Amino acid sequence: MDLFNIPLPAILSQLVVGLINGSFYALLSLGLAIIFGLLNIINFAHGAQYMLGAFAAWFGLQYLGINYWVALLVAPLAVGAFGMLLERTMLSRLYREDHLYGLLLTFGLALIIEGLFVQGFGVSGNPYATPEALRGPVNLGFMMLPKYRLWVIVVSVVVCIACWLVIERTKLGAYLRAGTENPRLLQAFGVNVPLMITLTYGFGVALAALAGVLAAPIFQVSPKMGSDLIIVVFAVVVIGGMGSILGSIVTGLGLGVIEGATKVVWPEASNTVIFVIMAIVLLVRPAGLFGKEK
Amino acid sequence: MTSAFQPDFEQLHVEDLHAFYGESHILHGIDLRVNRGELVTLLGRNGAGKTTTLRAILGLTGRRTGRISLNGRDIIGWPTHRIAHLGVGYCPEERGIFASLSVEENLLLPPAVRSGGMGVEEIYAMFPNLAERRRSQGTRLSGGEQQMLAMARILRTGANLLLLDEITEGLAPVIVQKLGEVLTALKAKGYTVILVEQNFRFAAPLADRHYVIEHGRVVDEIARAALPGKMDALHTRLGV
Ligand SMILES: Nc1ncnc2c1ncn2[C@@H]1O[C@H](COP(=O)(O)OP(=O)(O)O)[C@@H](O)[C@H]1O
Ligand SMILES: [Mg+2]
Repeated sequence: MDLFNIPLPAILSQLVVGLINGSFYALLSLGLAIIFGLLNIINFAHGAQYMLGAFAAWFGLQYLGINYWVALLVAPLAVGAFGMLLERTMLSRLYREDHLYGLLLTFGLALIIEGLFVQGFGVSGNPYATPEALRGPVNLGFMMLPKYRLWVIVVSVVVCIACWLVIERTKLGAYLRAGTENPRLLQAFGVNVPLMITLTYGFGVALAALAGVLAAPIFQVSPKMGSDLIIVVFAVVVIGGMGSILGSIVTGLGLGVIEGATKVVWPEASNTVIFVIMAIVLLVRPAGLFGKEK
Repeated sequence: MTSAFQPDFEQLHVEDLHAFYGESHILHGIDLRVNRGELVTLLGRNGAGKTTTLRAILGLTGRRTGRISLNGRDIIGWPTHRIAHLGVGYCPEERGIFASLSVEENLLLPPAVRSGGMGVEEIYAMFPNLAERRRSQGTRLSGGEQQMLAMARILRTGANLLLLDEITEGLAPVIVQKLGEVLTALKAKGYTVILVEQNFRFAAPLADRHYVIEHGRVVDEIARAALPGKMDALHTRLGV
């Protein structure tokens, strides 16, 4: 079966490539959704924190002999801890103010962090070697896929599903949902909500950093890598519905695939299709596909 | 450990409490004393400051001044979550059932703040409707069931000072009656209760004392025994 005279294997392989992008969209928009839910802050520093994750991995390998597998754990922890420091010292002062202040602060932080990295490392990318065990291709039948890219898809899907299960099915998740809905009442029941907010922000940031480590062997590790990606991710968040956990995962992966599909039928449109969808969703369902109307 | 029935253990003492929402000065010097095992009401017209008094005790308003002593500790500067762990259970006026949680998740949400809370089975026996609907979304329950749930979830935590805000508001008579039975049972178990109530006929037979609040101040305190002689004055105060 050929669609528009394009052979099926070519279509499938573009969809898989789309799924790789979608993996990053999903991980990043999931973190944004978790943060927005509890903190009511649109974390514009998310792209910079993703970049920090990639740099932490690169720096660790280059200078400290920390290999990829260790970086996968340590970089998110380190960047997440840095996030918690930002939350305690700066963001926590803004919760009583309009959303806009949080957005401006995190946007400013993103610019500062990126600026410092451009100063320190220049704009050109630094390559990061794919870990030994994940080199080489896998044969999917219809295409040869580099093992590493399959790994990225698997990690992203597993992490997203695990987060979703924790949020929807556990006591910890019940705290997060309740805190998202009515933090003052949750605190009146005796839950240390300020601490929960700090940890949640740290977790969302750590997810961004994890995506950064995953990205390091695929893309070049460069100070601008986050700002390129994050614009698309914000479009994903708008389409999925601000703050919706399931929405961020499904739309993240789905839009990656749609992007891939567009590349097959109309390559020139593949960079804009997400924004076109965003415009349509905003017109038809302003709260997003999975968002609740206010 | 002090017995729940030990007479005259002063569990809560509020002195000259002022509270603000932003620039609005809402409470103008509230004074209350509640002994362990007592059930006292806060009566007063809409907007008198009853809800604000409960919220101020928990640190949920804006700025506050004055003194709040709970179990002998001065808690006015404490963060809200630490106050809860002195054994306070709060049932807010709007009930505060979480829409994103099931009935059972709502019930299990508040952490234990003291030992000796009711078991889940005991609670389901007290509120059979909740057991039937434990898998439903919390806000799918009827108003009466949501009120039961809001009460039930603080009984699980071992809280022994209950702050209950207008629990009978807008509910059918049979449910009001059920809540009356629950309160009687709780009293018998030695709980301390502060009950904000518009429904005076509901509150009168349950309460040991009444505080009448007007414009953010306590304007009268009526012991149960003095109530018959004060009915006319009270009716004027409450505008009923
Ligand atoms: N969040 C708030 N911000 C500003 N004013 C408030 C707020 N909540 C209550 N008030 C005001 O405080 C006063 C007392 O309200 P409240 O304590 O709710 O009264 P009651 O519970 O006795 O009906 C009212 O005048 C009300 O308008
Ligand atoms: Mg009220």
